[in-house]
Amino acid sequence: MNTSLLLQLLVNGVIVGMLYGIVAMCFVLIYKSTQVVNFAQGEFVVLGAWVCLSLVVSMGLPFWLAFLFSLVFMMVFGILVQVILLRPLVGEPVISVIMATIGLSIFMQATMNWIFGNNAVRFPQVFDQATVSIGGLNVETAYLMSLVLSLVVMGMFFWFFQYSRWGLAMRATAWNQQIAQSLGISVGRVFAMAWAISAVVSGIAGVVIGLVSAVSNSLAIIGIKVFPAVIVGGLDSIVGAIIGGLTIGILENLAEFVDGQYLQIGNMYSVAPFYVLLIILMIKPYGLFGTPDIERV
Amino acid sequence: MTMTADAPKKDDPAATSGDTILSLNNVEVVFNDVILVLRGMSLNARRGQITALLGANGAGKSTTLKAIAGLLRTEDGEITRGTVSYNDKDITRMAADRKVRDGIFLVMEGRGIVQDMTIRENLRLGAFTRKDADIEAEIAEVYKFFPRLQERKGLAGYLSGGEQQMLAIGRAMMAKPKLIMMDEPSMGLSPLLVKEVFGIIRRLNEELGISILLVEQNANMALKVADYGYIMENGKIVLDGTGAELVENEDVKEFYLGGGERRSFRNVKSFRRRKRWL
Repeated sequence: MNTSLLLQLLVNGVIVGMLYGIVAMCFVLIYKSTQVVNFAQGEFVVLGAWVCLSLVVSMGLPFWLAFLFSLVFMMVFGILVQVILLRPLVGEPVISVIMATIGLSIFMQATMNWIFGNNAVRFPQVFDQATVSIGGLNVETAYLMSLVLSLVVMGMFFWFFQYSRWGLAMRATAWNQQIAQSLGISVGRVFAMAWAISAVVSGIAGVVIGLVSAVSNSLAIIGIKVFPAVIVGGLDSIVGAIIGGLTIGILENLAEFVDGQYLQIGNMYSVAPFYVLLIILMIKPYGLFGTPDIERV
Repeated sequence: MTMTADAPKKDDPAATSGDTILSLNNVEVVFNDVILVLRGMSLNARRGQITALLGANGAGKSTTLKAIAGLLRTEDGEITRGTVSYNDKDITRMAADRKVRDGIFLVMEGRGIVQDMTIRENLRLGAFTRKDADIEAEIAEVYKFFPRLQERKGLAGYLSGGEQQMLAIGRAMMAKPKLIMMDEPSMGLSPLLVKEVFGIIRRLNEELGISILLVEQNANMALKVADYGYIMENGKIVLDGTGAELVENEDVKEFYLGGGERRSFRNVKSFRRRKRWL
């Protein structure tokens, strides 16, 4: 057995899993606070990556500045999507809202194809050193950055929801919109804020993924890939989303290992998470971390 | 009918005397564009007093409170006619969050506690509209009012019904409102707890000077603490008077307090038959 390959793949799994985790978190954030299933999640990720890339490549901005600008752009974009597309749909049936986000996803795909082209584009060299050696393992600097950023984002989410005024407001809105309103919370603002945060964090994930591999429209598949993560986590649990993301990331890489070393089927990598998803849904239909309602009689 | 629908009620004593904090004038509320729930609802709540609004199930009591608080939109309801004014300012179409900022706070039916949050978090939510509040000091203040809440740990959802009601009232205190509207605070509580809750309502009114608009099914208790009472049926007020007057009223005794004598149906229904022209 090739131990070092296994270890390498596991480390990859954790890093990619964290990214899945934060994209899943974005998805859950929107679902939980606004009851919208965002099928354009993957496109949000890609858009962030494209904006950052084009700022670096065509405008020649330094990477960190471009990164910052692209996050500001994503924030504005998220708010606009909520205000223009989804606000008029408040109170409409779930299926209409789902159609709207699917439509948004197609629209964004087409527009990005048109503006940024069909090819994968790599970021120019961003870090001085391409790899860092940690305990004998060669870890790409981009991966390390990804890990650090993921942890920072998770930490910020935690702080936001535990201690900030608007974080509490968002949780109250998720619990019950009418109750939130009765406390003087503007639900419209909470919705816009949820989309803004989700878009910004998606943008972070997009840039990081773009750094690790390359930026292309096909990256939007991550929006579909996080579905198992989200559902394993239980659809309405942020912690669940992270753990779901990690699970899927590690499973993917384990599948790759088993496939490459023994089975030689090929492509187990992309299928395995969905098998696991099916099995988990059969055993625990509400996901591993779907919050049980407190019922008092 | 010859009088215009918007003319204020002339025979309402509260309308002409005393300092009115909140008044409803011929308010009509429609749900889903077709269901008429409030049909010309008018009432006045006076500053520094407890006003009770009584009535049977489905009379429109909760709708009245939600209309005042501006919470009808989430239920697809709308005020189609009439005005709500607060401190002589028209607030009929004001957004719900601005009303809270201006000092109107609704404690919703079923308490409206966020059950998957802790007690402290619920209290902090109460002060959401007050950015500069000294939250810690005020939470301590609420705990002084409700020592029982301080002892309890964990999620608010695990509190007993009475404790949840106290938490809901404590949360309302955090918003430092001038007018608290309470929707059936005694719902689902044991008689002893009901007594305690009404005691608290009285303390809010007397010690903190908060005006209170109280919606209740428990007419007996409500009229005991209320300075003035309204009785509504079918979306409008059918009877009003001071707490003491209403307790003595034969109709109220029969329908809401129990223990009235049995008489012929025709006589009992008197107040429903009395025409009240706007």
